[in-house]
Amino acid sequence: MPALRAAAAFLHGRRGFYLALLLLPPLLWLGIIYLGSLFALLAQSFYAIDEFTARIVPEFTLATYRQLFSQPANLDIILRTVAMAVAVTAAAAVIAFPVANYMARYATPRMKALFYVGVMLPMWTSYLVKVYAWRLVLAKQGIFSWFLDVFGLTPVLDGALATPVIGGPSLASSYIGMFIVFVYMWLPFMILPLAAALERVPGSLVQASADLGARPGQTFRHVVLPLALPGLAAGSIFTFSLTLGDYIIPSVVGAPGYFIGMMVYQQQGTAGNLPLAAAFSVVPIVLIAVYLALARRMGAFDAL
Amino acid sequence: MPSRRMRAAWDRATLGQKIAAFAGLAFLHLPVWVIFLYAFTTEDRTYQFPPPGLTLKWFEVAFARADIWAALKLSLAVASVATAIALLLGTLAAFALARSRFRGRELITLLFVLPIALPGIVTGIALLAAFKMGGIQPGFWTIVVGHATFCIVIVHNNVIARLRRIPPSWVEASMDLGADGLQTFRHVLLPQIATALLAGGMLAFALSFDEIIVTLFTAGHERTLPIWFFNELFRPRERPITNVVAVTVVLITLVPILLAYRLTRPNDTRG
Repeated sequence: MPALRAAAAFLHGRRGFYLALLLLPPLLWLGIIYLGSLFALLAQSFYAIDEFTARIVPEFTLATYRQLFSQPANLDIILRTVAMAVAVTAAAAVIAFPVANYMARYATPRMKALFYVGVMLPMWTSYLVKVYAWRLVLAKQGIFSWFLDVFGLTPVLDGALATPVIGGPSLASSYIGMFIVFVYMWLPFMILPLAAALERVPGSLVQASADLGARPGQTFRHVVLPLALPGLAAGSIFTFSLTLGDYIIPSVVGAPGYFIGMMVYQQQGTAGNLPLAAAFSVVPIVLIAVYLALARRMGAFDAL
Repeated sequence: MPSRRMRAAWDRATLGQKIAAFAGLAFLHLPVWVIFLYAFTTEDRTYQFPPPGLTLKWFEVAFARADIWAALKLSLAVASVATAIALLLGTLAAFALARSRFRGRELITLLFVLPIALPGIVTGIALLAAFKMGGIQPGFWTIVVGHATFCIVIVHNNVIARLRRIPPSWVEASMDLGADGLQTFRHVLLPQIATALLAGGMLAFALSFDEIIVTLFTAGHERTLPIWFFNELFRPRERPITNVVAVTVVLITLVPILLAYRLTRPNDTRG
């Protein structure tokens, strides 16, 4: 103990040294293992696979990226994934807003606590189990179609499923179903930052706006919404990023079309083409970097 | 916050707003309850709803399965080791970054956000690429490395949030009263962050226990419980057993999460 105490006293006087000592182990872990891996990934994407031996040739080449961007099928996959991510983000924002607004600004303290637990419990419930649960819900004879049948809405469902592109044989194997599952899965990630941002909207501003003659709609548009924007941006980072990288949901609930994540998983696995998988995974990294830069401008990081 | 009586019309939710809020909450909860119902169904071929009958026999069948037990043990072991690493490294980082200002701090903070900001698939494929290039065989330890990486971030976030709530004057007072650095840490800081550590640890454990996206890349031939579950999803013959495992997984992860929530809830600032 005395030695430890002496060390503590020694370090107390040397703040920089003490900080470095604290920071070194975690920094080494994230710096070497995590950043190192990201560089390995980047390096792999600049390798290519030898078409005859099916082996990775560790020489710098742009052939893999050329393959990625020159094949229309690959571009389709990227577009499909981005479209889904945008749609999911927009829908999550629309559904999350009333929930966050109510829990942050109107609910009594008891009700607010209930809402927080109520949002966090499903968020932390096992990811795979939730995906699986949706497969049960959306299945042909499942609870969703039973529910619609009770209300006589089966023709609506059939009509939606008959729609080209987004439809399919059943909800469990259509883009509509996949979209519902994505929105469900990431909704809490939108609600929580949004609620945090809305909680910081000063009541006095809302009151002042009302006193100055603004109608509730105007107050909402000109006072509440701009102040909630950082929360919205923060939440959308999660919904966007999580949708871009997911490969479980499209393979468990979904239509035949591929998504970026599925391509990455398949290329490194059964296809054995690690360079192409790496190049594919660079796409979401770039997209998210752009998105983060935009969100940062909107002040999203203050609401995290 | 204004008192209840001061809450005028501008501060009251309309019926529509209330309905939308509660509908959103219900949407989040219903699918989870479905799983509980299906674990007891007598129908083992389709997802028929409502279930034709209820039974307990699937629990018995699942209990006798050695492959489930093996996967469960592996998942618990991985989550324990990953959590231990995360607690150590995450706490160190939180102490270093909580109140200090130095050059390059922004970059380091970014590094501590990256593993959860980038999609899990990027972490997964990046680790796989690194393991391949380094000639490392995937197995128990590669799974642990993948999990610990994002668990560090979780612990770091929890502890740093707590550290920032401790007034710096407490530490100063302790030092002024003659305590040395170690005493201050043990008697002032540690009691304050203990629950944050516990909460961070439990969240990390639950997250690791349930992880699939990174794990599928780093596991090699090992099968954690989520991997077992994932494979099972494409083998629908064993559906009732899958349902039972699903319920078990929900219960195992729910307990630490509820505890973590209780521990971190700021009871003095609410209400």
